[in-house]
Amino acid sequence: MRRALPLVLLVATVTVAVTACTPAEPASTDSATAASSDGVFTLYSGRDEALVQPLIDLFEEQSGTDVEVRYGNTAELGALLLEEGDQSPAQVFLSQDAGALGALSNAGRFATLPESITAAVPAGFTSTDDSWVGVTGRARVIVYDGEALTAAEVPDSVDAFTDDAWAGRFGIAPSNASFQAFITAYRVLNGEEAADAWVAAIAANKPQIFENNGALLAAVNEGVVEAGLLNHYYWYAQAAETGAENMRAQLSFPEQGDAGAIVNVSGAGLLQTGETDADALAFIEFLVSAEAQQYFVDETFEYPLIEGVDAPADLPPLDSLVNPDLDLSDLESLEVTQELLSQYGLI
Amino acid sequence: MTLESATRGRSPRSRVGRAPAWLVGLAAVCAAAAAIPLVYLVVRSADAGLAELADTLLRPRVLTLTLNSVVLAAFVTVTCLVLGTLSAWLLTRLRLPSARAWLLVSALPLAVPSYLAAYGWLVWFPGFNGFWASWLVLSVVCTPYVTLPVAAALRGASGDLEAVARTLGRGPLGAFRAATWPRIRPAAIAGGLLVGLYALSDFGLVSMLRFQTLTWGINAAYGASFDRNQAAMLALVLVVLALVVVAGERRSRGRVVHSPGRNAPGTIRPGRALVPALGVLLIAPGLGVAVPVAGLVSRLVDAETLREIDLVRLAEAIGATLGLAVAGALVAAVLALPVAALAARYRGRLVSAIESVGFLGHALPGIVVGLSLVFFTLSVMPALYQSVVVLVFGYAVLFMPKAIGTMRGGIAAVPGSLLDVSRMLGLSPLAVWWRVTAPLALPSVGIGALLVAISVMKELPATLLLRPTGISTLATELWNRTTVFEFGAAAPYAAALVLLAAVPAVILSGIRGVAKEEV
Repeated sequence: MRRALPLVLLVATVTVAVTACTPAEPASTDSATAASSDGVFTLYSGRDEALVQPLIDLFEEQSGTDVEVRYGNTAELGALLLEEGDQSPAQVFLSQDAGALGALSNAGRFATLPESITAAVPAGFTSTDDSWVGVTGRARVIVYDGEALTAAEVPDSVDAFTDDAWAGRFGIAPSNASFQAFITAYRVLNGEEAADAWVAAIAANKPQIFENNGALLAAVNEGVVEAGLLNHYYWYAQAAETGAENMRAQLSFPEQGDAGAIVNVSGAGLLQTGETDADALAFIEFLVSAEAQQYFVDETFEYPLIEGVDAPADLPPLDSLVNPDLDLSDLESLEVTQELLSQYGLI
Repeated sequence: MTLESATRGRSPRSRVGRAPAWLVGLAAVCAAAAAIPLVYLVVRSADAGLAELADTLLRPRVLTLTLNSVVLAAFVTVTCLVLGTLSAWLLTRLRLPSARAWLLVSALPLAVPSYLAAYGWLVWFPGFNGFWASWLVLSVVCTPYVTLPVAAALRGASGDLEAVARTLGRGPLGAFRAATWPRIRPAAIAGGLLVGLYALSDFGLVSMLRFQTLTWGINAAYGASFDRNQAAMLALVLVVLALVVVAGERRSRGRVVHSPGRNAPGTIRPGRALVPALGVLLIAPGLGVAVPVAGLVSRLVDAETLREIDLVRLAEAIGATLGLAVAGALVAAVLALPVAALAARYRGRLVSAIESVGFLGHALPGIVVGLSLVFFTLSVMPALYQSVVVLVFGYAVLFMPKAIGTMRGGIAAVPGSLLDVSRMLGLSPLAVWWRVTAPLALPSVGIGALLVAISVMKELPATLLLRPTGISTLATELWNRTTVFEFGAAAPYAAALVLLAAVPAVILSGIRGVAKEEV
């Protein structure tokens, strides 16, 4: 036994090395051969379990399909799907933002969705090439500390934050996808020169930098920072936890036409690996059904994207936020936006 | 002749001879596991091309992030070294009331994940952010990495020499430097190395406390631009920083100095110094455990989502966390052992290279290590993709440095004279290893494994990427709930996580560094 330990280690290592070098069987080809439904598919969800699982349970109950769900944050799952390529075990990706869907679409990871699904959502809230479909809308808003400011004191345009009066008093989350979509919108609506000037002025106006929207909202709600640029539904999620009447932070919608008033979408795409998977497709169809859209309205306070389902009661109607001069497909020039933000040291 | 050189004279012959080929080979294979992320990063960076690499790295923003990472890691490391060494000295040299309890309390910050600590602080001080906030919280949660090994080394080292130095006219600090510091230096510096690497790789804490480091840049590259190549280039900068840190540690740790001596703990009566001494001992557990945990509890009281706890689900998460922690600790210990054995006894370029590579995983954020293993598994053994095997292997890659650091110290501390005697009595080198070195170094193997187990329990980003679909750990369940502001629903998981991680931390506080006293 004296020599046993090193020997065991050596054998183990060699075994691992040999196993590693043995060509493994190609990944499951089930989805390619099965013409349609096999009663199960895998979903990568960049949206939270607490919000999405009840909806999935409902779908499973109605369709008899077994949905294997992998939860993660949208960015990580997006990176994961890019890394997995055509070996991905997933058939559907449900994303928190359009940016991740665009990146996967550009990498050729999505199969084209049928017209019956994409036509349900009006143009401007979905992909232009039917590679993914918008599921819910979230408005960009100005969040403010209700104890420090009155509603009247809150600017109705994001341009106000370049003013010296706001120096150091507002927060942004510039590495966040929704903030970057807003900057792109600013570029599209007001031109590159104006966008450059706005970013330069904002960067010089000592904004407080947050890593994500949740942290920004928490800071405003605690009175650490007076105002910030946010997505509307974060406020409702926090209010559901602490009670709306206890919320110190309040929301204000910028006036129509302002670049700060755009609507971002969450969405879903059918991955190449699920191209022929009827169950996966049925789930995406379910996401844009009246039932699922109503669920998002009731549970996450997001804007429904199909006709016939009304927006959450307290919110301004989606029409009032839609900018006729802006198409979401214009927001693809993300790289230019990031170059701009990094030029002024914001990302 | 100074006191130091006098004791050096009695130290064993240093073994700088050639390392046996089998050990070098075995260590190289084990270190290769830790090199997987490096290979991945090089592949991804090569995808981008040299021009983009230069373009990315020369951005002023990247320079700022790098500088922030370096300064934060340096400040945290020095703070932990000073506070940890001081705490360890107080714990072992003073006659404290209920000394064992104080040692245990000193280990507790290990059980609090850095992101939870940051969150707890924000509950009390919402405006708490920036460099100094990150420095403070990171320092207090990392201090046990220095306190525990140094306390273990001090218990092994005799206090007599310090007293001798005092009688020879040295002041307390001078006596400490001359008689005690050489004995604990390797342990302290090795602990400092773990702290430094952790501070470089941490993302959860700095993102909450809003101090922008390289890990922030890496996450932004994944999250907003979906640019894996850019993320890889930034991660390469971290790799370079880690190599510098590891090389620095190798230069400064020196060799273990042995002296036969009585183990005489707690010889100094603290007297009026008791209160300030206890005050120092309370810094890390107070700021790293009490403040954040109290914050979490107070948030829990306000929460409306404190619905009925799903006990089955909680139990499943505890079971999964425990199982993964044990498996991860075992695999990491097995992989670390040959590297530690090699690094403890031999020097040379090859040995240094193997050791350095072994430490890399710890300097990289979990998301990078996770993606590198996705890449590796799918290209080499896709059948194992999203299996527990790969997840456990991922933990080993991430955390084997914790085991290497402690085991190396334990093996190096086995007196060389014993090995010489064993050889003279006719034992083969392998037999000496098995019958002399291994049993004596066993406690350090245990410490290494426990450190890994604690880290596995707290790990989040790599777990999210590598876990089999449907498996949840306490950390992922916690993440699940905090992202939707359900702090009330998250609380049981946070509590279970801290309690579970406290178990190995408590065991750790009681293990001696080397089973020397029995020699």
